Amino acid sequence: MTSTAKGAVIIGASAGALEALSLILPALPATFPLPIFVIVHVPPHKPSVLADIFNAKCRLRAIEVEDKEPIEPGVIYFAPPNYHMLFEDQSSLALSNEDEVLFSRPSIDVAFESAAEVWGAELIGIILTGANQDGARGLQAISKAGGTVIVQNPEDAYAKAMPETAIAFSPQAQVLSIADISAYLMSNSG
Amino acid sequence: MTEAFEKVEDIEIRLLLEALYHRYHYDFRSYAMSSVRRRLRQVRDNLGFATISAMQERVLHDPQMLPIMLRYLTVQVSEMFRDPSYFRAIRETVVPHLRTYPSLKVWIAGCSTGEELYSLVILFREEGLEERTLFYATDINPEALAQAEAGVYELERMRLFTENHRQAGGKTSLSDYYHSGYNRCVLDKSLRRNVVFSDHSLVTDQVFGEMHLVSCRNVMIYFDRVLQDRAVGLFKDSLPRNAFLGLGAKESLRFSEHADAFRDFVREEKIYQRTGS
Repeated sequence: MTSTAKGAVIIGASAGALEALSLILPALPATFPLPIFVIVHVPPHKPSVLADIFNAKCRLRAIEVEDKEPIEPGVIYFAPPNYHMLFEDQSSLALSNEDEVLFSRPSIDVAFESAAEVWGAELIGIILTGANQDGARGLQAISKAGGTVIVQNPEDAYAKAMPETAIAFSPQAQVLSIADISAYLMSNSG
Repeated sequence: MTEAFEKVEDIEIRLLLEALYHRYHYDFRSYAMSSVRRRLRQVRDNLGFATISAMQERVLHDPQMLPIMLRYLTVQVSEMFRDPSYFRAIRETVVPHLRTYPSLKVWIAGCSTGEELYSLVILFREEGLEERTLFYATDINPEALAQAEAGVYELERMRLFTENHRQAGGKTSLSDYYHSGYNRCVLDKSLRRNVVFSDHSLVTDQVFGEMHLVSCRNVMIYFDRVLQDRAVGLFKDSLPRNAFLGLGAKESLRFSEHADAFRDFVREEKIYQRTGS
């Protein structure tokens, strides 16, 4: 892929997220050509430190998004605590206060479904470790829109439920180890 | 979902929003599409409509459908003292400025069911400013406004509200302001003494007075950029030099065409002060 690469990467993770993301995001080169959106279940009533942690660890810039944040290639966008992350178009994010979905705000399903509308076949959706059902419907939406769907091998995952449910909803998903997910993204990093 | 279907649905949504505007003068046409699309699908699925066009047909001919649509299209998620650090910052950094004025006007724009309003009224009472303050609580949804005016909340929510109030630096007990029964809490009528409840739209209505503080939290996230600029323009015109604007925790004036008319006052709490420009 070149710097004119189109599309986006969206990642959902819950229990065990920090460790899994630490094996994926810091490995990406500064030239990674796609925006990366990350939805992690974080407690709603206190500030999240995820963006700060990964901004320090990664060659890519990592930020926690604010409403109407412009979307740029090679930036890692974290959904903020207590808001859903949605996509207006390929250049603009929006936040929402709507009800929790599967007890989650941010909800992986909500963000994935919205991203699927906007990027369609140009989207890479990845479900990592987690102890709940969130993300399965969202990944299915990406798959239906023609996007690439990847799930962390449940055997590798700190918590199996989220990847297992995602695979049940999207049997065609590529089931990969963390190392292979990392390698897959690197192969897309031109 | 195929491209063709997606496109049809977007047409249907646009037509439905036009219908709501022409029939009832509720203007959602410049709302953030991602969220409107999601909520209209919820109406469709929850009420058993086959298509969004079918909803349009119903709402045009049946006024009783309107409040149902409004319930979905205007998001009513709020808490008393939501984001306690915001209210603590108002108390510690904005209130000392407000004390210097003999009379005060505060506008809670998009007050929904009243939680933010009552948070500010209680805070102002605790700080001895309530008597000299007129609060304007506005929203477009008449059902939400009626609930705000009633000031009745579910008892089970009070535990969270009480904890928020404490974290916001509350000087009294929240239980001083309500009585409970039948799993409901009724807020003390005296909290409404200085409140004017009014129907007002940030989309279509104009400025109605000069304010010392505008609090508009998590309302503009549902607007597109153009509509956000209009709303911030209204706040700009309502606020004289050195007056204050408070937004939601993840809202920002960074992307607004009126950014130059404000300076950061408490940056991390999204409290802005009007400059002279």
